[in-house]
Amino acid sequence: MTRSAEACDTCLRRSRLLAHLAPRITGMLGRRVRAPGLLALSDHDLLAAAAGEQYEQLQERIGAFTAAAERRSLDEAGVVAVCGHSALYPVSLMELPDAPTTLFCVGRMDTLASLRDEPAVAVVGTRRPSPYGNEVAYGLGRGLGASGVTVVSGLALGIDATSHRGCLDGGGVPVAVLACGPERAYPLRHRTLHGRVAASGLVLSELPPGTGAHRWSFPARNRIMAGLARMTVVVEAADPSGSLITAEFARDLGRAVAAVPGRITASMAQGTNGLLRDGAVPVTGVSDVLDELFGVGVRPAPTAVAAPVGPDLRSVLEAVEAGCGVDEIGTRAGLAASDVRVALARLEAAGHIIRGGLGGWERRAV
Amino acid sequence: MPSVLASVSTFALEGVRSHRVTVEVDVRRGLPAFTLVGLPDRAVRESRERVRAAVQNSRLDFPMKRLTVNLAPAHVRKAGPGFDLAIAVGLLAASGQVPCESLVSTAVSGELSLSGELRGVRGTLAAAMGAREAGCERMLVAHENASEAALVEGLRVIGAGDLHEIAVLLRGEGEPEQASDAGAPAEDRAGELDLRDVRGQDDAKRALEIAAAGGHNLLMVGPPGVGKTMLARRLPGILPAPGLDEALEITQMHSAAGLGSGALMRERPFRAPHHTISAQGLVGGGGLPRPGEVTLAHRGVLFLDELAEFSRMALDALRQPLEEGRVHIMRGQRALEFPANPVLVAACNRCPCGRGSERCRCSQADRDRYLRRLSLPLLDRLDLVCEVRAVPPLELAGAGPQGPSSAAVRKRVMAARRRQTKRLEGTTALCNGDMDGRLTRRRVSVDGDAVARLIAARESANLSGRGHDRVLRVARTIADLGGRARVHARDVEEALTYRLDGWEQLAA
Repeated sequence: MTRSAEACDTCLRRSRLLAHLAPRITGMLGRRVRAPGLLALSDHDLLAAAAGEQYEQLQERIGAFTAAAERRSLDEAGVVAVCGHSALYPVSLMELPDAPTTLFCVGRMDTLASLRDEPAVAVVGTRRPSPYGNEVAYGLGRGLGASGVTVVSGLALGIDATSHRGCLDGGGVPVAVLACGPERAYPLRHRTLHGRVAASGLVLSELPPGTGAHRWSFPARNRIMAGLARMTVVVEAADPSGSLITAEFARDLGRAVAAVPGRITASMAQGTNGLLRDGAVPVTGVSDVLDELFGVGVRPAPTAVAAPVGPDLRSVLEAVEAGCGVDEIGTRAGLAASDVRVALARLEAAGHIIRGGLGGWERRAV
Repeated sequence: MPSVLASVSTFALEGVRSHRVTVEVDVRRGLPAFTLVGLPDRAVRESRERVRAAVQNSRLDFPMKRLTVNLAPAHVRKAGPGFDLAIAVGLLAASGQVPCESLVSTAVSGELSLSGELRGVRGTLAAAMGAREAGCERMLVAHENASEAALVEGLRVIGAGDLHEIAVLLRGEGEPEQASDAGAPAEDRAGELDLRDVRGQDDAKRALEIAAAGGHNLLMVGPPGVGKTMLARRLPGILPAPGLDEALEITQMHSAAGLGSGALMRERPFRAPHHTISAQGLVGGGGLPRPGEVTLAHRGVLFLDELAEFSRMALDALRQPLEEGRVHIMRGQRALEFPANPVLVAACNRCPCGRGSERCRCSQADRDRYLRRLSLPLLDRLDLVCEVRAVPPLELAGAGPQGPSSAAVRKRVMAARRRQTKRLEGTTALCNGDMDGRLTRRRVSVDGDAVARLIAARESANLSGRGHDRVLRVARTIADLGGRARVHARDVEEALTYRLDGWEQLAA
């Protein structure tokens, strides 16, 4: 028995049909990105709804489908398919009204078991984060990863990628849900990250290998992220945005929705602050997420690894945390510019701060 | 009747130096003709007409004979109107209107108008230097060039207003009026921009001081309008005043580009070319090679605002001059060399929109693309990077202490430079910024703690070998400013915060 036999013939056929129809669905939706209920339709109805004038042509193509050939190509691509009839399929996804029939996976398959047994958290957000958003996403990913919580995200630019990286650096298990075939790195610049996630965790998609990304498949991917996670944390999001769609799916499923508070003047905080206003759980650190998942104090957040700071450097460190430049740090701490720089060098050597490339400093996220 | 031959020396500008051109004039009987040979360009060939009119309009005789003028050496192309006077004088000598002996060890240089008036030419200082080197004792130039030529010691410079005056002088009839240089202006730097006028920005001022003390190239990063240009303009004022040799060099570069005022330039130049400049404009070149901005900024400051907007070619062309302190230009069979050793100050934004981190809407891709535009080889030559932020409004309004004046900073800079001069005796380097890797490791003595800090930084901050040398050079300058004979751990620590490492990954 090959590994790809975790999916039955009917489910594989359905996924292939979806892949064939993917461009048609894009055309059918036009400028809209979501099609509520469309993915819940039966094979026949889906074909009728989306195929349009290509109905007969597509019917012929799907008629030529053979499960054996499909399994062969999956094996060649190194992709494992898991359908809803398999014991490996994550139960939490079943609650979706339009749950994906099959998950195509690349990576470590034992991740599916931990998704089934352990709570997972989705960390999502904008593709254009502020340095603050990046820092928080990295810190959450790393803290959750170190606490043994699976971190689900979408491999997109910005917050998604940063939370994956944080999770990897924290030694955790990352799960990336893609809007295209699971073997593809989308966006392409994340091919290294794609490989790292697959090596330590799992990359999955409801679309079979070889399928490209489509406008509608991003919100569709978001429903899978929300479905896999016990809790969805939005780090930074504009309004409207894809991250808010994920939060909406999570809310519809009755899962916890959390958001990181942002500056009220920042456009990238409009979405998150709006969520908080509507009753989302405010997240000010890893412990907030852990308390919400396991109950207050049940699982303590991993403590900082950096060495404790001496009293002379503390004021400088605090000023860096507040986002001050060298001059402002000097004013706050009562030091000359050259002394501030010496203090910064020491803080950097001790691992408390990192240089921002262009001459600035940031607090290293813990 | 045998022909009469006269020869006159003049000095033609080539790059920023000059070479001797001997103008030979042959007058013989025959049909009246005026032939010019010896690779003259258009402007030189046209000088026949100017010379004819000038001679006739100066109450002198234009011989109606067969005239042949040769410009030697014959294989070098001659350009420009600077040969007019030499041709006219040669003609007068060959036709017996002035004695040939009067032209021995005399150099002449100048353009003629049709009325016989003498006009100035560019590059007179270089011509005068060439004349002295060639052993000439006196030099005849236009009035407006006289003070500039007189900067050269050991050369009798005589300024004249027109051709007639020259003829009278050469006959020994007139009383030659010897020109002197315009006189060095007193040590008056009142007109200069003072560092005291910049509010706040202590950190950037410190970076400027280090750049001035060690001759380090500096990159300032920050949004527009926070004072990067204002700070850069004050760098020449905290550099030590140029010595006589340096001042002559600076004047020579400007004179060769036709920018000189005739007086000795006692201030360090500040050049801020616009970012649309071509590679040629920046490093020099052209059919008749002219010095570029980097040469005009020699011994001064070259300021490149909006570094990312400069063309890639222009920035890459800067690499060699910044490494070697000179520009090499090949033209035909001749290789020219322009000195080019300024302190480079560059400024750029954090991202293409240039707004602060809070209001920036640039995507990561936009930022990466922006950074990629900065030329990596050039960044590799920058020793210091410094973030410049907006000054809080309260401080801007005048609250808070006033910083040190340029004079006070210059004093510290000069003390630091003296230490460097002593240490670098017998090497080609003038200051810490000029030291190469080998020299850095040989001449910079570091104490034990500092070595440990450097090793730790190499491991944790993935400091490259070249980055290591750069940090060490800057640390040396910081120690020089503090009057320390050896580099302490503190100096290394401060230097580490100015490093530009990690850009390779950032811009990759």
